[in-house]
Amino acid sequence: MMRLFDLLFRERRNSAAVARDRLKIVLAHERASRNAPEFLPALQKELLDVIGRYVEINSDMLRVNLGRSGDTSLLEINVEIDAAKVKPSNQEAVMSPRSIPVVRFDPDAMAPWVKPG
Amino acid sequence: MLTSGKGGVGKTTSAAAIAAGLALRGKRTVVIDFDVGLRNLDLVMGCERRVVFDFINVINGDAKLNQALIKDKRNDNLYIFPTSQTRDKDALSRDGVERVLEELKDNFDYIVCDSPAGIEHGAITALYFADSAIIVTNPEVSSVRDSDRIIGILASKSRRAEHNLEPVDVHMLLTRYSLERVKKGEMLSVEDVREILSIPLLGVIPESESVLRASNTGTPVAFDQESPAGRAYLDAVARFVGEQREMRFVQPERRSIFRALFGRA
Repeated sequence: MMRLFDLLFRERRNSAAVARDRLKIVLAHERASRNAPEFLPALQKELLDVIGRYVEINSDMLRVNLGRSGDTSLLEINVEIDAAKVKPSNQEAVMSPRSIPVVRFDPDAMAPWVKPG
Repeated sequence: MLTSGKGGVGKTTSAAAIAAGLALRGKRTVVIDFDVGLRNLDLVMGCERRVVFDFINVINGDAKLNQALIKDKRNDNLYIFPTSQTRDKDALSRDGVERVLEELKDNFDYIVCDSPAGIEHGAITALYFADSAIIVTNPEVSSVRDSDRIIGILASKSRRAEHNLEPVDVHMLLTRYSLERVKKGEMLSVEDVREILSIPLLGVIPESESVLRASNTGTPVAFDQESPAGRAYLDAVARFVGEQREMRFVQPERRSIFRALFGRA
């Protein structure tokens, strides 16, 4: 009888375990952002401004994180470009949002002081 | 210094109990209320009718420190330093607080600071000069999260952090613990909270009627040495001064198992 009761009782995951798991996840996030260098929000804002000149983007679509992977620190920038709408005025300036951006080096387009020769 | 981030977890009760526990051990102790505008330590300590001058009066030079300190009637080693009821919560200047603390240091073995809740000016001022911090936490999600936040602030914004000194010695005091509810899986266990916050555990205070009874009558619960909470606080104080004490109230007591087996004895 006791065993049956135990079985029925354990069917549901207990709420303390749920609390523990939720806390672990939220605190991992909060600790990461707490330890982030102070320039990150400014960097995020400037990136947002630059990208925003070409596509419609809001702050939820850009995530900037500084993490560690072994001995190297890793600056991770994630842009949700799929959902971004290309701004009509800049149609010719940008590629299709789905394509991979290719950076071309055109010596004529470079500033005079970096021009070779 | 006692802090928590969240309000209502038992900071003032714990500050009163720990100060009383230190005084019972023969340490000259003063307990300071940092919660400007919401004075309550005086009530918990049972000296609300003896307040003449307060923290702000002393900082502003309107009163001498020894005019504001209230000597406890139950223990000669214990003094209470009440806060002000002013609504200007920025009245506690950092320089002023530092001057008062320096003066207290010469006269007391322990200065127990009861921090206000939150992470505003008052709370930051209370934690700024701390050498040790006791984080009062309830086994409940919002309290654990706020404790983590405060631990982060101690590590970055305290005087010790700003001057690259040895970090503030941080301890956790888990209050309002109910072993029954933990066993039923309804409450975070000591191990859960310890694992999440990863700071040393100073003590576990069981949820107990004696806590409300103590504040009702204005007696620090540590003076009630018969009550489970009172004994738990005295254990915590013993650990704080470096004694080894086994954790109580985290395992069912053997007596209660016998009671369960042989009916209500």
